Amino acid sequence: MRSLIDIKDLTVEEIDSLIETAEDIMKNPAKYAEICKGKRLATLFFEPSTRTRLSFESAMYQLGGNVLGFSEAQSSSTAKGESLSDTVRTVSNYVDIIAMRHPKEGAALAATLRSEVPIINAGDGGHNHPTQTLTDLITIKLEKGGFDGLTVGLCGDLKFGRTVHSLISAMSRYKNVKFVLISPDELKIPDYIRDEVIIPSGARFEETSDLVGSIDKLDILYMTRVQRERFFNEADYVRLKDTYILTPDKLARAKSDMAILHPLPRVNEISVAVDDDPRACYFKQVKYSVYIRMALILKLLEEAGRI
Amino acid sequence: MIIGQLKNGIVIDHISAGKGIYIYNILGLEKLEGTVAMIKNADSTKMGKKDIIKIGEIIDLDFDLLGFIDPGITVNIIEDGKLAKRERLTLPERISGVIRCKNPRCITSAEPELRQEFRLSDREKRIYRCIYCESAAPKENA
Repeated sequence: MRSLIDIKDLTVEEIDSLIETAEDIMKNPAKYAEICKGKRLATLFFEPSTRTRLSFESAMYQLGGNVLGFSEAQSSSTAKGESLSDTVRTVSNYVDIIAMRHPKEGAALAATLRSEVPIINAGDGGHNHPTQTLTDLITIKLEKGGFDGLTVGLCGDLKFGRTVHSLISAMSRYKNVKFVLISPDELKIPDYIRDEVIIPSGARFEETSDLVGSIDKLDILYMTRVQRERFFNEADYVRLKDTYILTPDKLARAKSDMAILHPLPRVNEISVAVDDDPRACYFKQVKYSVYIRMALILKLLEEAGRI
Repeated sequence: MIIGQLKNGIVIDHISAGKGIYIYNILGLEKLEGTVAMIKNADSTKMGKKDIIKIGEIIDLDFDLLGFIDPGITVNIIEDGKLAKRERLTLPERISGVIRCKNPRCITSAEPELRQEFRLSDREKRIYRCIYCESAAPKENA
C-alpha cells in the first residue's frame, strides 16, 4: 500500500501527473465534487497547524468526503500515554486515509508500519513535509511554466526548515537547477543535504549570508521562518529570528518576474508591504495547496483500491 | 595461519587490529561451550597487524553485522579440515537492531519498541542513516 512520507517517494512523472490533475480540478471542480463520497480522511495533528490541517480538510470536503481527527496531542489518547503505533492502528480502522503531523522526525514512516490505510506525512518535526513541497512545486510550475534551468534562492532557516530540505530534494531532480542558499552560519543547510542530495544531483549551488547581494540572480526566492519550536535554547532563537526581513527596498534589485514563495506562517521575515507586489506568490500557494492535496488524496485512494 | 588445526569450524580473518575483542563480544562467543581462540595483533602482509578469531564449530553468523563493524573481514568456513567456503564481507545496505539512533528528535526516542534500522547512505564514507529521521549513525563502533 502506497503512502507519501518523503517527496522522493514520488517520481518526477508522478509529480507532473499530480500537478496536471490539480490543474484539471481547478478548471472542472464539479467533476470531482462527489468522487470521494462516503470516504473518510483522518487528520491526526499531534502538533499545531492552521494551513496544513485546514487545507487537507477542505480538500477532502471538496472531493465529497468526510473528515475526522484531532488538532493537538492533548485532545487525543496520546495525553494518556498511548503510543503513536497504537493510535494509528486504531484510527486506521475508522478511515480510508490518514494525514498526520507529529513533532518527532520519522513519525510518519513509523506510522506506516501499523496502518491499514495510506498515510500522508503532513510534517514530521524538522524532517519532511512533502505536501508543502507539492504545493511549492505546483506554484513554481504555474508561475514559471516549468522547473528546468531555474535559479532558486532559499533564505532563512535552512538547518531546521523541513520544507527547504524537501524542496531541494525535489528541485535537484530537474535539469540545470541552481540553488543559492542564504542563511546565517548557525542555520546553514545540513551537511547531508549538501553532500548527499545536491552534489550527487549535479545541481550547482552557492552558500552565502547575503540576501541583497544575491537577489538579482534569482528566479524563485523561497523565504522561511526561523522556527521557535526547533530551538532548545530561547536565546539562540531571539538572536537569529530577524536576520532576514524582505522589504520593498530589498526587492528593488530583483528580477521583475521573480516569484516569492513562503510556506507560511510568516512572522516578520516578509514585510506586509511586499504582499501587494505582483511577485508575491505566498497566498497563491495557499490556494494551490488545496488542489494539489485533492489530487494526492485521489491518487492514494485509487492506488489503495478505495475509490 | 594454519587452518588445518580446525576440523570443522570458522576462521574470522583480517579483522582490523584491536576490533577482535569487540567482535568476540558482539557475536556472544563467550556463550559457546566449544573451543574459541582470539588472536590479537597477528602479523599480516596486507594489513601490518590484524586480529583473528577461530571458532571450533560451525555457527550461524550475522554477516551483515560483521560487514558493518569491519567490512574488510574474511570469513572462512572449514569442513573436514578443508576450506569449504570463503566469504569476503562488504558493507550491508541495511543494518537492523544493532545501533541506536542518538537523535533526541527521532521517533525512536519516543517509541522504544520501534526496531532500530539504518540504511547505507554513503559507501565511501561508510555513513549509515536512521531510516526514520535520516540522522547519521554514531561511528564509534563502525
